[in-house]
Amino acid sequence: METRTLDGLARHFQELLGDGAVITDPVRLRTYECDGLTYHRATPGVVVLPETAEQIAAVVRACNAHGVPFVARGAGTGLSGGALPRTDGVLIVTSRMRRILSVDVADRCAVVEPGVTNLAITEAVRHLGYYYAPDPSSQQVCTIGGNIAENSGGAHCLKYGFTVNHVLALEIVTPDGDIVELSDTDPGYDLLGVFVGSEGTLGITTKVTVRLTRAPETVTTLLAAFDGIEQGGQAVSAIIGGGIVPAAIEMMDALAIEAAEAAVACAYPEGAGAVLIVELDGPAAEVTHQFDAVTRICRETGAFELRVAADPAERAAIWKGRKSAFAAVGRISPAYIVQDGVVPRTALPEVLGRIDLLSREYGIRVANVFHAGDGNLHPLVLFDDAETGAGERAELVSGKILDLCIEHGGSITGEHGVGVDKSRYMSKMFSDDDLDTMQLVRCAFDPRGLSNPGKIFPTPRLCGEVPGVHKGVHPLVESGQAEQF
Amino acid sequence: MDALHEMDGVFPADALRETGVTVREAGPGDEVAGVAPRWVALPETTEEVAALMRVSAEHDLAVTPVGGGTKLHWGNPPERCDLLIDTCCLNQVLEHASGDLVAIVQAGVTMDTLAETLAAEGQELSLDVPLDGATVGGTLATAIAGPRRFRYGTARDLLIGITVVLADGTTARSGGKVVKNVAGYDLGKLFTGSYGTLGVITEATFRLHPVPDDRRWITVELPVPGAGAAGRPDDAPGLGALVAGLAASQAEPSAIEVDWPDVRVGPVVSVLVEGTAADARARAVHALLEERGTPWTTTGPPGWWGTPPSQDVLLELRVSPSRVDGALRAIAAGGPPAHVRGSAAVAVLQIALPPDVGGAVLADYVSRLRDDLGHLGARLTVLAAPRDLTGRLDRWGPVGALSLMRQVKERFDPGRRMSPGRSAGGI
Repeated sequence: METRTLDGLARHFQELLGDGAVITDPVRLRTYECDGLTYHRATPGVVVLPETAEQIAAVVRACNAHGVPFVARGAGTGLSGGALPRTDGVLIVTSRMRRILSVDVADRCAVVEPGVTNLAITEAVRHLGYYYAPDPSSQQVCTIGGNIAENSGGAHCLKYGFTVNHVLALEIVTPDGDIVELSDTDPGYDLLGVFVGSEGTLGITTKVTVRLTRAPETVTTLLAAFDGIEQGGQAVSAIIGGGIVPAAIEMMDALAIEAAEAAVACAYPEGAGAVLIVELDGPAAEVTHQFDAVTRICRETGAFELRVAADPAERAAIWKGRKSAFAAVGRISPAYIVQDGVVPRTALPEVLGRIDLLSREYGIRVANVFHAGDGNLHPLVLFDDAETGAGERAELVSGKILDLCIEHGGSITGEHGVGVDKSRYMSKMFSDDDLDTMQLVRCAFDPRGLSNPGKIFPTPRLCGEVPGVHKGVHPLVESGQAEQF
Repeated sequence: MDALHEMDGVFPADALRETGVTVREAGPGDEVAGVAPRWVALPETTEEVAALMRVSAEHDLAVTPVGGGTKLHWGNPPERCDLLIDTCCLNQVLEHASGDLVAIVQAGVTMDTLAETLAAEGQELSLDVPLDGATVGGTLATAIAGPRRFRYGTARDLLIGITVVLADGTTARSGGKVVKNVAGYDLGKLFTGSYGTLGVITEATFRLHPVPDDRRWITVELPVPGAGAAGRPDDAPGLGALVAGLAASQAEPSAIEVDWPDVRVGPVVSVLVEGTAADARARAVHALLEERGTPWTTTGPPGWWGTPPSQDVLLELRVSPSRVDGALRAIAAGGPPAHVRGSAAVAVLQIALPPDVGGAVLADYVSRLRDDLGHLGARLTVLAAPRDLTGRLDRWGPVGALSLMRQVKERFDPGRRMSPGRSAGGI
């Protein structure tokens, strides 16, 4: 892309949006050079801060006219490089579109702009006895538009499902620059369902109608300590096998507990080789019954200590260690890679065993934190980046963990998305025919490939992308603005 | 070239048979919305479907997939139909990973058979199917769902992986066998509700749920609505408020259904609660209903539960939950006698009209309801009706993203050979 084209576009955007909504200053542009995956960086050619769908449509149409790629960005908390900008393109930031347009309890829905944060929706309806169910761990800062792009999950999606299960309608700007409504009441193809999780490659969300969920009558959170991760896994199997679908089941291994203790002094039971957090919610009578079953199962499978949160403060204390795990490993390791693979839940024991073997074989520590109920692993591959070859070994281990996930019928990503970070793994998980078929969808929406190009799909196939390496604690986490699962 | 004639010395019927798949001449009963195909093929595997589709592509044959045939009279008639791909022999439950709450099934498995298989392990696909004999593929292709859509969502929410064969014979998979998976586009969503216009669904992977320990239905008959102008009832007696209260109840119902056979009598509302504490939850719902009538609790569903009010002339009305009363008023306001039934909590209602309703009356009725309810954001579609009644009636009405849908169709099926014209907007 010729610089003068971008310069010309920037002037055009200033006419469309006003000077204050267009950033061209090189220093200010660098604010937007990465998302939560800081390993991948690219300074955007131009940044625009639109306030309306019409402005976004106009920007997209102008990009189209000049063949300039564009990328949408919310709060930039994504962990797969999904909002990585293009140096030869335009970054469309939705941070000024953060109005909650309407709340309708009778229809159990709210209409919001894409820059509204996930938690802000819940905060707007909490007093009415409702909440927005999908709860990615960065929910304090991540935007609903970004959640839609990544089909975000969270600890409670085991029972309540993902973003795609809670979006009733979208207004989008297509890659052609048209403003189109996608609704779950439309007959024909479920374009709404396809758009959610398409990582910005099918267009830009400009308005969202979300489903609101009634706050449960009762929430019970318990923490069970086991000697080892195997016993914890048996407890999870027995709970699910017993017909109980908790709101969340989370597990941490000894190294992850050590990190959490170092960071937030969560005071988990001493000597625990694994801790399991089980949260039950629903009608009081139901929760009571399930709680009895879960505590019995935990004891039978070897839990040596059980703690039950008596109030919201104690519940927060139980969750604190778990929610701080990612940030915490930054305190026990100079650098780390976070993975986001998924395996069928029954394969967890074998896969965790194989991860342990990999760890020993390559001399790389791996801390395991995971959504045990749905098999979503978040292994934290720890290494010292000052040590020659350690980074390469860590990347190798990280990649082999994804291979394990694929080998067991799982997925390379459960909630963080493919982005640029994992596009090279797509051809391990899907055949060329599968990927080519997905490209039919892409071409239907975006025949010129201008909307967030280079994400999800392995093009070029030998692009040499590497898994993301994190160093230290993410700035948003460090500042207390975000938590990471 | 005439599609039904020789190409490179090979006739299409011979080419179809050379795939090794059982192929027969079509006969009475094979019509798709009144359009007769030439042949019917009975593949047993995805590979065989792919072989049939490659031959169809070479000979420009138009193809319609069929499962149990329960909804072949739904939707628009296809513009053309040479080959029916009958999935009856794709009838294997390939894997039931009970520990993972996941099942992988071929498209021709009937929902009844699937339910029996899963029940053996105390599990279920929490998707109520309104029609006996419906298959997995047909259920997905038409995106039908029953009462528990309120709690568990519809087919698209429970489908986690899919295998499809495209018009050119390409086999594609998306999703997988884990619930949590965001890698790549979700083709399963695209094919759910596609009415066979994008390709043939051959396998599906579903997330399952444990069969609840217990179930209770709490039912109440509401009072006769007050008479309006011209002696016709003009109101559903506060159904919307009642349903809203139930939907917000901490008893967490799995379904809230309404049955209103005749607008001159009061509608019946029935609520399902499930789980280990079903009894206690049923009492809570009972208390809510007592304010409006004399409820009764049963351990089985009402006879009408989860079935369409008719299979002859059947419309579907979708409206915001808070607009249900307005919609019912509009239905009661005139036109032929209507039987309304459906999921009150999500406001998806089916309307059955008498089988002898005339084409002109039907067209007027649909037109009037669309006019009356348009301002409520309602959508009225004609699910089933004899072809001679529908004439030039637009079964689907306006579709928001039709232009994008047409672009998707063009990419997947540029030759317009997959059930052409059968879905919304003539896709």
